[in-house]
Amino acid sequence: MSSLLKITDLHVAVDEKPILKGVSLELRQGEVHALMGPNGSGKSTLAYTLVGHPKYEITSGTIEIDGTNINELDPCERARLGLFLAFQYPVTIPGVKVADFLRHAVTNIRNPERKEGEGLIPMREFRKELKERMEELGMDLEFARRYLNEGFSGGEKKRMEILQLAMLQPKFALLDETDSGLDSDAVRVVSEGLKKLSGPQMGSLIITHHERLLEYNVPQFTHVMLAGKIVETGNAELAHELHNHGYAAIRERHPAEAAEEQERQAKAQTANAGF
Amino acid sequence: MSTDTPVLEAQIGGGDYQFGFHDPTDKYVFQSRKGIDRQIVQQISEMKNEPAWMREFRLEALDIFFQKPMPTWGGDMSGLNFQDIYYYVKASAGQEKSWDDVPEDIRKTYDRLGIPQAEKQYLAGVKAQYESEVVYGSLQEDLAKQGVLFTDTDSAVRDHPDLVREYFGTVIPSADNKFAALNSAVWSGGSFIYVPPGVKIEFPLQAYFRINTQNMGQFERTLIIVDEGASVHYVEGCTAPTYSSDSLHSAVVEILVKRGGRCRYTTIQNWSNNVYNLVTKRAKAYGDSLMEWVDGNLGSKLTMKYPAIYLMEPGARGETLSIAFAGKGQHQDAGAKMVHCAPHTSSRVISKSISKDGGRASYRGLVKATHDAHHCKSNVVCDALILDPHSRSDTYPYIEVNQDNLTIEHEASVSKIAEEQLLYLMSRGMTEAEASAMIVTGFIEPLVKELPMEYAVEMNRLIELQMEGSVG
Ligand SMILES: Nc1ncnc2c1ncn2[C@@H]1O[C@H](COP(=O)(O)OP(=O)(O)O)[C@@H](O)[C@H]1O
Ligand SMILES: [Mg+2]
Repeated sequence: MSSLLKITDLHVAVDEKPILKGVSLELRQGEVHALMGPNGSGKSTLAYTLVGHPKYEITSGTIEIDGTNINELDPCERARLGLFLAFQYPVTIPGVKVADFLRHAVTNIRNPERKEGEGLIPMREFRKELKERMEELGMDLEFARRYLNEGFSGGEKKRMEILQLAMLQPKFALLDETDSGLDSDAVRVVSEGLKKLSGPQMGSLIITHHERLLEYNVPQFTHVMLAGKIVETGNAELAHELHNHGYAAIRERHPAEAAEEQERQAKAQTANAGF
Repeated sequence: MSTDTPVLEAQIGGGDYQFGFHDPTDKYVFQSRKGIDRQIVQQISEMKNEPAWMREFRLEALDIFFQKPMPTWGGDMSGLNFQDIYYYVKASAGQEKSWDDVPEDIRKTYDRLGIPQAEKQYLAGVKAQYESEVVYGSLQEDLAKQGVLFTDTDSAVRDHPDLVREYFGTVIPSADNKFAALNSAVWSGGSFIYVPPGVKIEFPLQAYFRINTQNMGQFERTLIIVDEGASVHYVEGCTAPTYSSDSLHSAVVEILVKRGGRCRYTTIQNWSNNVYNLVTKRAKAYGDSLMEWVDGNLGSKLTMKYPAIYLMEPGARGETLSIAFAGKGQHQDAGAKMVHCAPHTSSRVISKSISKDGGRASYRGLVKATHDAHHCKSNVVCDALILDPHSRSDTYPYIEVNQDNLTIEHEASVSKIAEEQLLYLMSRGMTEAEASAMIVTGFIEPLVKELPMEYAVEMNRLIELQMEGSVG
């Protein structure tokens, strides 16, 4: 049976400032969802909240996997249940080699009951698999020996996120603007990479401003976020329309949220006044 | 991270401080009464059957020790009572060439520390110092045949008086500082190494220092002479039992690296948390030579140690890599001194410190150039990682330069483990403890990778042990 990630009426605050104001969404293994919306509408906030970023506080609502509430689980426990986020801004971990990091990660995710200090997956097996995945993504094998994200270009960082996705094979993959800041070649590589990984075992929620990623990974559902709410859900056609015409029509159809968006932006500007 | 090293596993063990055990002392050959005065110093000299010049050297140093005030900088030494220390303790009759001849209690201790196994696998020679005297020594035969000397310093005074007399106390005079004076008065044990011209020793020579008695003072004295074009890597390790009262370790290490020679001196200091570790280390590097200090400070209550390199002639290079880990109740006041005494010399210092659970790590460094030392280069990088709000890190860089024509770069950074880094690793299935340990291991990686593999593994294991139980 396919697993279900169910988000119900989720309210989230950062530093006591409400950001998400009642988000509901169901993502099944095997489905592709697009999440769109103007800058600052709360897409990344949703992604961070789902993986358990401690700064993002759930003030009400639930996140469930197959009926089990995961609100209180830490990021490690959520990852071991099959959640994965390809970060919009992957951080650098100096001195930690990609291969060492991934071997630990793969061991923990495949053996969720593993305690610290227990053995890692056998080196040869791991190396072989890593090599195959890297070749599929057209990555230089040298990357395995480099320090995680240190000195990586924007495109290399995003590819590293996809490599991790490929190695960890999560049930639910959240991709936060994995295609932004890349040249068109890199967008193609990432899009094809994700397509290869998709299948009945993976549900994905793709946050994007671009068409390309969605051309390769056609969504069954497109959600539009405005001022911390999902204001519309449609099919692939909606994504296409938003891409071509922007969010004007959306704002027109949802005047209350549009007004709130304006208000937030105004506040943000006053907050920065005199800076 | 994935290497199988049973020997080092045995040296390090698991869990908290593993070397806190102690042996019975009832079979000891000799133990001086507590405290220090002329009589004690004379007694030590007599026990060792020393030539008159060395006895004079000691007594002169004792006067200097009494005259010099305690340093007012560095760490808190108020708990240190010089009259409450045993200055000379002899546990066995003599130095043995076979582990089988070492008294059983002592041999067992070194077994537990994994020394005999390491010796078989990757060392060119070993000295084991237990309390005040070296109880075991070995050196590969072919090295001995090439004229390499590796002995305890006491034997060297007797067997190689000319060499010792020429250099002993020339790099670090007794008057250098209070603790150098103390060591000069009561020194015992330590290593003497001479590497003849052109001889390159491939595998490390290792010394292992162990304090066993409560309120013990260990004052080893090491002298290393690397002749022209020769090279050596010397490694020292140290542990002690955990007692409720304090012990003192105050060594003096003098090194000369002659033209074109190369010396690397690696320390993995893991004293128990009741040891004051107040050590003076200095090297003179001559033309086109390379001197490297690799200094890992993980244990002790207070460490004050600033390995120095005097760059004596053009082309000399000095490098210090320093790692300090200050945990609960620990203060690591460590650093480096680079003194450019000649033109066209260069130095580099990389220091990484980690503090956690209220520990304090300080970097104290000096870069100095004499007035004719033009066209010199010095590069100092200090990075500190603070793991929690109770812990502390300080940087005290001193620069004394009377020269325009030289380049000194100094960078310092202090960081905390970023929430974003923890989130990133945890979102890939690491527990919080694993994630922190991984970040710390990565932090020191640029230094650890400079070490031979066995020591790199040991360093990582020690850091992991220090991290255990601290997070989450
Ligand atoms: N860590 C944070 N600290 C403060 N404000 C934040 C933080 N994360 C998000 N926000 C605020 O929440 C709102 C939504 O941001 P975000 O989720 O990043 O939007 P999107 O990803 O849709 O562009 C913005 O007003 C942003 O300033
Ligand atoms: Mg965003």
